[in-house]
Order: sequence, then structure tokens, then C-alpha cells
Amino acid sequence: MSTLAHAPENTSGGSAPEPQPAVKPGATDRSDQAGRPGPFRRLLRSNGALVIAALAVLVLAVISTFVGVADVTPATLMRQVAGGDTAGLQESFHLLAVSRFPRTISVILAGMAMAVAGLIMQQMARNKFVEPSTVGTVESASLGLLAVTVLVPSAPLLGKMGVAAVFAVGGTALFLAVLQKIPLRNALLVPLVGIMLGNVIAAITTFFAYRFNLLQTLNTWMIGDFSGVIKGRYELLWLVAALTLIGYIAADRFTVAGMGQDVSTTLGVNYKRIMALGMTIVALISAVVVVTIGSIPFLGLVVPNIVSLMIGDNMRRSVPWVGVFGAGFVLVCDIVGRVIRYPFEIPVGTVVAVVGAAIFLAMLLRKRARS
Amino acid sequence: MIELSGLTKKYGETTVVDHVSAQIEPGGVVSIIGANGAGKSTALSMVARLVTMDDGSVFVDDHDVLNTPSDQLAKKLSILRQENTLTVRLTVRDLVGFGRFPHSKGRLRPEDTEHIDRALDYLNLTEFEDRYVDELSGGQRQRVFIAMVIAQDTDYVLLDEPLNNLDMKHSVEMMKLLRRMTHELGKTVILVIHDINFASCYSDRILAMKEGALVCQGTPEEIMQPDILRDIYDMDIRVEVINGHHVGMYYM
Repeated sequence: MSTLAHAPENTSGGSAPEPQPAVKPGATDRSDQAGRPGPFRRLLRSNGALVIAALAVLVLAVISTFVGVADVTPATLMRQVAGGDTAGLQESFHLLAVSRFPRTISVILAGMAMAVAGLIMQQMARNKFVEPSTVGTVESASLGLLAVTVLVPSAPLLGKMGVAAVFAVGGTALFLAVLQKIPLRNALLVPLVGIMLGNVIAAITTFFAYRFNLLQTLNTWMIGDFSGVIKGRYELLWLVAALTLIGYIAADRFTVAGMGQDVSTTLGVNYKRIMALGMTIVALISAVVVVTIGSIPFLGLVVPNIVSLMIGDNMRRSVPWVGVFGAGFVLVCDIVGRVIRYPFEIPVGTVVAVVGAAIFLAMLLRKRARS
Repeated sequence: MIELSGLTKKYGETTVVDHVSAQIEPGGVVSIIGANGAGKSTALSMVARLVTMDDGSVFVDDHDVLNTPSDQLAKKLSILRQENTLTVRLTVRDLVGFGRFPHSKGRLRPEDTEHIDRALDYLNLTEFEDRYVDELSGGQRQRVFIAMVIAQDTDYVLLDEPLNNLDMKHSVEMMKLLRRMTHELGKTVILVIHDINFASCYSDRILAMKEGALVCQGTPEEIMQPDILRDIYDMDIRVEVINGHHVGMYYM
């Protein structure tokens, strides 16, 4: 047969010659969209940028620790130390240990985990517009929580969480099963199906909550709020740290799963098993967060999408970013919620929903403007 | 060698693939041709365990596809289907790197990096390696997927209509590349293809399917005969010999 030198090379010239934009020094990332990755993109892919982001979150965490009604700030601590006010100092440390540190830790854990859960959910559904609170996972967890509250009111927190998790797995599985049945995988149809499914489950939950006079309780599950977090009532959240870590360890497999069942199979990845693992992680994280904090909507949608725009979807790289941004985002929203009507608090779920919706809308509009 | 015996797939009452038996010797390009709905893609998918078979068996170098662990088979055989819509945003290099997954399990060793470099170089993608796949043109994207398959470094490479969506120039380049792969890398390339002339000019062997059954197989000269083509496609096709290649004239 014919010998050939270099077959498919000059294609970049043949098909749709991309104008190679001369990368001007100081060119923004936007101008690089069509061309070679600019210095900004390269910087984002480096570990240094991640470390800086993590440090910024650390700073936010310190700020978060010193925001509150009681007068505990670095300044008061200094004064107490300088003035030898042992009693005051003791009181301050007690407050930090019982209320402030638990709160900051739980904000970081919940923010990190919910954002990563959103990312995993998006890989599993192969759709960028889904997250646990738009596919029925969170709603199912609430239903499970309601069921156990009504049927076994004396159940320990861990038991309630377990039941909520089982319901959450069921709801997520139902969503993914419905997705399989939809012949046309329209990008917008997928989140719509999830939202409808979630609303149906939420309606059932609301009905029973109303019948059992638990609407108020239901509300605390549906709107995330860190004001009730004190020592002894948040430790369950450490579980989500472990789950996030498992998500990171299996990151490559989730990326493969995000390429679909056929690609997974041809690469020798057991698709069913990785989907089961993903479902378990997402459901457990959702259940724990709903039980301890309450739902934090939009977080799992906005953060992974921002990270995807920044560094793409290779989960080995994006999970740490999503975790850091998730924690940072919720820290900011929680601080804002505490400061904006000081000394009253606006629940973090409300703040995240408002800010998140605005960011998401902006991202959608930007996407449209570009294409 | 890939050995199919009595391979069958039914969807409800319809038998899509009907007791297909064939032996595919290693080396060279093997094309599967046939009309729409002849069962070509389904047969190929069953060989690659993407579709479960209802009856029969497939052996790849004496490994039964049905009960060989999937990750082991992934080192012997790879498949690229025609629909390759990526919803994940990956760079060219990352995607090609995932071709190494059966060998590396995600942790790239120096030898994996070597394979990736070579695959990128082989398809002249090195200059695009940091670009996102969704920013490339259709032809470039197809090459990235082929590079991924090459990085997987399997003896058998299955391709379902690799010329789909490619213009003439890119189609020719793709076919030349596939031939080159068999020569230089010693691969066995099995592809489903619609254009009988591409099959004729670039294959070592052709398998022809009709209504789920394998109706004939042979060298391009043996298959590219008017009476045989009439059998396969239910239409009259004149065959001309140009520079030693058999070309079917089916345009009018």
C-alpha cells in the first residue's frame, strides 16, 4: 500500500485553520481560549496556585473563628494575656473550644464535602447542571430523616443519619435509573428531570411533615445553618472528610466513569462498581450534612463549574480545588450571614443560595456570550 | 487471533447478529462492511464486551471475552465507538493518558509517559497537548481518540466507523494511519466501515455482513466483484480496477 511520510499532520491548516493568537504578554486567559494555553492557565494547573488558595481559605477560617456576638477577638485575647486576666482568658478559650472552632471546622468540612459531592454527581450523570440538591438526593435524605423521626423518635443521631443515607442512596439510584430510560440525553433535560424528581420527593416529605406537625423541623433540614453547631453536635461531620478523601483516591476512576460506560469498559474499569461507590459517597455526604447542618443548595453546582472552567475536569487535579473552593465559598457566605444583620444571623443556606444562583446565572450568560 | 463462533444478539424478536462465526488472524487491517442495520457495529461491540451476547462465544488469543477479567482484556483489546461526545473537559494529554489506565491504574509511571509521548507524536498532536479536547476541530478530536487507543497499546484495535464525520482528506489520512499502525506497531485493526472503496483500498481482508449474518469474507479482490456486491447491498455496482485497486462505482 502507499507509503506515507506524515499522514494526519497538517490538519490544523486544512480544517478550520485556527487563528493562533499571538499571546501577548499580559493577555488575559480569555484571549487564549482558542489558542495555546496561556501563562495564566499554566499557573492555575500548578500546585503553587492551589497552595495559595488553601492559604487564603486558612485566613478566612481565622476570620470566621473570631466573628461572633461574644467579644472574643485576637485583640481581646491579647488584652487578657497582657492584663493577666486568667478568668477572662479561660472563658474565651472555653468559648472558642465549644462554639467557634467547631463552627469553623464544620463550615470547612461541609463546604468541602458538598462541593466534591456535586462534582462526583456531575461525573456520574455526565451533566454539568446537577448536584445532590437538584436530583433528589438531599430531598430523599430529608424524607428518610422525617421517617425515622416519626417512627423511632429516640433513635441516636448516627442511626438517623444511617436511615437518611439509605434513603439518599435510593433517591440517587432512582434518578440515575430514570436517566438511563431517557433516550435523548439532552443537557438541559437531565437537570429538569432531577428537579422534578426532587420536588415530588419533597412534596411527599412536606405532606407527612405537615401531618405530623414537623414542618418547622423539616425547615431546619432544608436550609443549612451553622448557628446550632457546638462541641458534641458536629463530630459526625468528620465522616464527610473521610468520604471526600475516598473520592480523591478514586478520582481517576470517576473521571473515566465521566467518559461513559463504553469508555470505562474498554479501559477495564468496572462501571457499575464505580457508580455504586460514587452513589454511596454522594448519598452519605448529603445525609451527614443534612442531619448536622441542613441542606446547602447550589454549592455543588457552582464550585465544580468554576473549577471546570479554570482547570478542566481531570478529577485528580480538580478534587483538591473543588474542596478548597467549596470550603472558602461557604466560609465567606457564613461570615457574611453573621455580619450583615449583626447581631442576628442569616442562615448560610440562604446566603449560599442567593450568591450561588447569581454566580451560576453569570456563568450561563458568559457561556452563551462566548458561543 | 480473534475467534467468533455462533455469535448471536437478539433485541426482542429481531435477531441483529445471527450466528456469526469467523477467525481473524493477527496483523493487518480487517474491514467489516454491509448495509445499514446489517449488525456490523453490534458484532464489533460484542467482541469488545460492550454489548452482551445472547449466544455464541468470542475468544481473543484464547481468552474467553465472557469470563476474562475486564481489566486484563483491556490490555489486549481496545475499541473506539463512533459516538465520542465528551462531557468532561480534559486536555489532549490527559485524555490520551487515560488510555494508559489498564496499565497504570491512574498512577503514571515513566514508561506510561513514554507511551503517551509516543502516541501524541505518532498523531502529530504534541503541539496540542495542553489544549482542551472540546476546543479542537472534529478531525483533530478523532485523532486524539485514536492516540488514546494507541497509548492503550493493545494488540487488537477495534474501530466503529472511524471515518464518520471526517472529510475526504481526513478520511484518507486516517486510513493511511491505520495501515501504518499495522505495519510499524504490529497492531491488528478491525473496523466497521461504510465506504466499500476505502475498505477495498486499505484492507487486507474484508468481512461482509447482511441481515445479521456473515455472508462472505476474503481479500479485497475477492469481495469487490459485482455479483458479490449485489448480494451484499442489493444494488448493481460496477467495479473498475485503478492502479491495482478495485473501486466500486456506485454513485449513479
